[in-house]
Amino acid sequence: MSRQYVIRRLLVMIPSLLGISIILFCVLALAPGDPFADLAANPAIPPEVAASLRAKFGLDDPVWMRYMHWITAMAQGDWGFSFASRIDVDQLILQRLPTTLMVIGAAQLLAIAVALPVGVLAGTRPYSIFDQIANTLAFVGFSLPTFFTGLLLILVFSIHLEWLPMVYRADLASTGWTWLWEQFRQSIMPVMVLGLFQGASLVRYVRSAVLDVVRLDYVTTARSKGIGERRVITRHVVRTALIPVVTLVALQMPIIFGGALVTEQIFRVPGIGSLLISAMLANDTPVVMAVTFVLACLVVLFNFIADVLYGWLDPRISYR
Amino acid sequence: MNEHELRGLIDSVKIGRMSRRGFVRRMVAVGLTAPMATQLLAYSGVAMAQAKSTYKPTKRGGGGLLKVLWWQGPTLLNPHFAVGTKDQDGSRLFYEPLANWDRDGEMKPVLAASIPNREDGTLAADGKSVTWKLKQGVKWHDGKPFTADDVVFNWEYSKDPATAAVTVANYKDVVVKKVDDYTVRVEFPKPTPFWANAFVGTQGMIIPKHLFADYMGAKSREAPTNLKPVGTGPYMFKDFKPGDMVAGVINPNYHTANKPYFDAVEMKGGGDAVSAARAVLQTGEYDFAWNMQVEDEILLRLEKSGKGHCVISPGGNIEHIQLNTTDPWTEVDGERAALKTKHPTLSDPAVRQALTMLVDKNSVQKFIYGRTGIATANFVNNPEKFNSKNTKFEFNVDKAADLLEKAGWKKGADGIREKGGKKLKFVFQTSINQPRQKTQAIIKQACQKAGIDIEVKAVTASVFFSSDVANPDTYPHFYCDLQMYTTTMTQPDPELFMNQFCSWEAATKANKWQGRNITRWQSKEYDDNYKAGQNELDPVKRAAIFIKANDLVIANQVVIPVVARPGVAAVSSKLKANLSGWDNNTWDIESWYKEG
Repeated sequence: MSRQYVIRRLLVMIPSLLGISIILFCVLALAPGDPFADLAANPAIPPEVAASLRAKFGLDDPVWMRYMHWITAMAQGDWGFSFASRIDVDQLILQRLPTTLMVIGAAQLLAIAVALPVGVLAGTRPYSIFDQIANTLAFVGFSLPTFFTGLLLILVFSIHLEWLPMVYRADLASTGWTWLWEQFRQSIMPVMVLGLFQGASLVRYVRSAVLDVVRLDYVTTARSKGIGERRVITRHVVRTALIPVVTLVALQMPIIFGGALVTEQIFRVPGIGSLLISAMLANDTPVVMAVTFVLACLVVLFNFIADVLYGWLDPRISYR
Repeated sequence: MNEHELRGLIDSVKIGRMSRRGFVRRMVAVGLTAPMATQLLAYSGVAMAQAKSTYKPTKRGGGGLLKVLWWQGPTLLNPHFAVGTKDQDGSRLFYEPLANWDRDGEMKPVLAASIPNREDGTLAADGKSVTWKLKQGVKWHDGKPFTADDVVFNWEYSKDPATAAVTVANYKDVVVKKVDDYTVRVEFPKPTPFWANAFVGTQGMIIPKHLFADYMGAKSREAPTNLKPVGTGPYMFKDFKPGDMVAGVINPNYHTANKPYFDAVEMKGGGDAVSAARAVLQTGEYDFAWNMQVEDEILLRLEKSGKGHCVISPGGNIEHIQLNTTDPWTEVDGERAALKTKHPTLSDPAVRQALTMLVDKNSVQKFIYGRTGIATANFVNNPEKFNSKNTKFEFNVDKAADLLEKAGWKKGADGIREKGGKKLKFVFQTSINQPRQKTQAIIKQACQKAGIDIEVKAVTASVFFSSDVANPDTYPHFYCDLQMYTTTMTQPDPELFMNQFCSWEAATKANKWQGRNITRWQSKEYDDNYKAGQNELDPVKRAAIFIKANDLVIANQVVIPVVARPGVAAVSSKLKANLSGWDNNTWDIESWYKEG
């Protein structure tokens, strides 16, 4: 893989991001809804206030002009400000980011921690009882939508058993070990919901990757050399099988952000997802635009990372 | 009820033959608001009643953390920008107005030392000014004293159009003068019977001059204090994440003894109404949840857990059906439902009358809304005691059919009544919301029996309630025959509220459908009556005029009121909280406490 390739890929990202931003902006401009609908419906507020706010926030300009304003400001690092809270958008996003990263990161770790051993075991013993059970559970896992499993967990663990809190609080007052314990308790459900959903599909990938590799000649060679089965699996099979899995994990990252939208709403986790949903409900266009654009950037970025990683992990694949 | 009868009633309150509460209920029954009724009494020399305090704690603090859920969290904490109730409720933790409205519409002083009244002359006899005495010794959270300068500043700040404050309507036409350090006078350009818009209630919260003076007008967005409120309220600012959480800690120097009870407060946002109800009523994780837009059936089931209960506060919101007076199906000069047209069938009074008889309000209350929607005959509010006596609403399919029959609407082969080739077929729209669709179904069924065909239509709420000029499905366009939604009465004075039936307010293409008269009803009688009300100096006469306005709307079937929608909150069984339908949910948060 050459440096040239990386640079070229990076340059290609610019027009695709521009294209995405234009499409997003147009869709948002065409969508029904008005950030000042509340004001217009309230007789106590004279229409001039809404009109002056519209003019102040530049809402009366044509779409292309608004887009030019937005893109030039964005290029200078000015993300605009939220109509609903009149706070700068980057500040709003930064406020929410740590929580999202924490929950998503933990969920992803959980997914990998579950999927790797289960997938490898299932792949090395195809069609065994273990494989059958793992497969069935994996199917159930990724067929059940997160909003369903989330509500189910709340019903069981919060309402019937009363073990876990159903509302996630970002500002726990306690410190030290109690903080850690409370944080752990309130994170269990959202992390489980997201992580197991993610893990379920990952199990399938790991299993099939292992299945592909385990039949190859070099594995037979390794076995015939008399290396123990365990070493064959860990040293030779898993290492090779993980190459496509790593790229898959990278490609799936943006999907997790999407899945987190619903989970965050259910558990009231104050992350990017709940910010996006409340901004959409309030027709707060600058926030919706910024969050969706950040998500789009993530998709493009992780696609790039996946490509680069793939070439780096598997030297057989070369890019020109 | 005319002016004479009204005076008679006020006199009976004066001599003690009628209770204040009875009077207020009576006024509410004929279409006034409770605050307006108590203002009438104040003008007539009956001072505001001071409700007995039920506050038990004998020292400040010690109550731990108060956890409340607002399923739509506050997004900003400057009361002059607070668009929705969520923002006002959040701001109210830190900021306070001069006075509040309690559950019965009585005014309670907060930053005022007393309520203005006629006896000591603080309420001018000519109705052109009101003088507020401020409470002394009140300090802002940063230690600076609260004085008349702060009050005057709020007026200057809000009335400046460049500030784009949502409170501007309360301040733009008045003049506020400092009399001395603890006295301000609000002067009105003309005699103003309702004097308590400025500095009172939901929109009356006062911000400190010393922190906002540099950020007036166009710079208003940049004030750092917008995000870190410094007020006079019972709680001091701790943390704020827009839409997620507002946190406050006890104000150790709060101006009222022994208050507040809680050491800290946390207002959490996000999620949905049903799970918020669960967190209070079923798991007890939270102490209070706001705006329970949940079917009563579910609320009743959750209440069985015994951890909490629902508190209902009557207010001014009403679910009603509007009857289009113009023709929504003919386009004139590029707009449908144009003022020049007349509705082909709904313009017949018999049809309108029949329709009012076909709305089974009692069933709607019983089977859909329960405690959260009370059947009503009046356009303004929910009368408790006098409803059945004063007003008649009946559900009677046979009578409706009879009425139509007599008016010449005969059933055709398809069972639908027609006259002169015009069929009684209506399109009935509302927003997508389960109780509304159920209500539509109940009405459709009754109409079918009477020979009226109803086509129901449901529009996504974000479209229906938007002010999008280009979208024909918004409620101000009203491009159909009937539509239903809840109108909210944000101000205690009915003048603004009732302008939605004035001819000149008609929503048309010319005003980009921003006019407030959605039904496009044109009535000279109503207009004249309304104008008379605007210029009437005598508060009693004025009240009589607004009662007549309400009567006119109902008598002409401009709208059909369905159910009054009181405020519903979920409260844990330990928490003692005073709620009011005429003010913020948190209007009395300093007096909340826990027992047992």
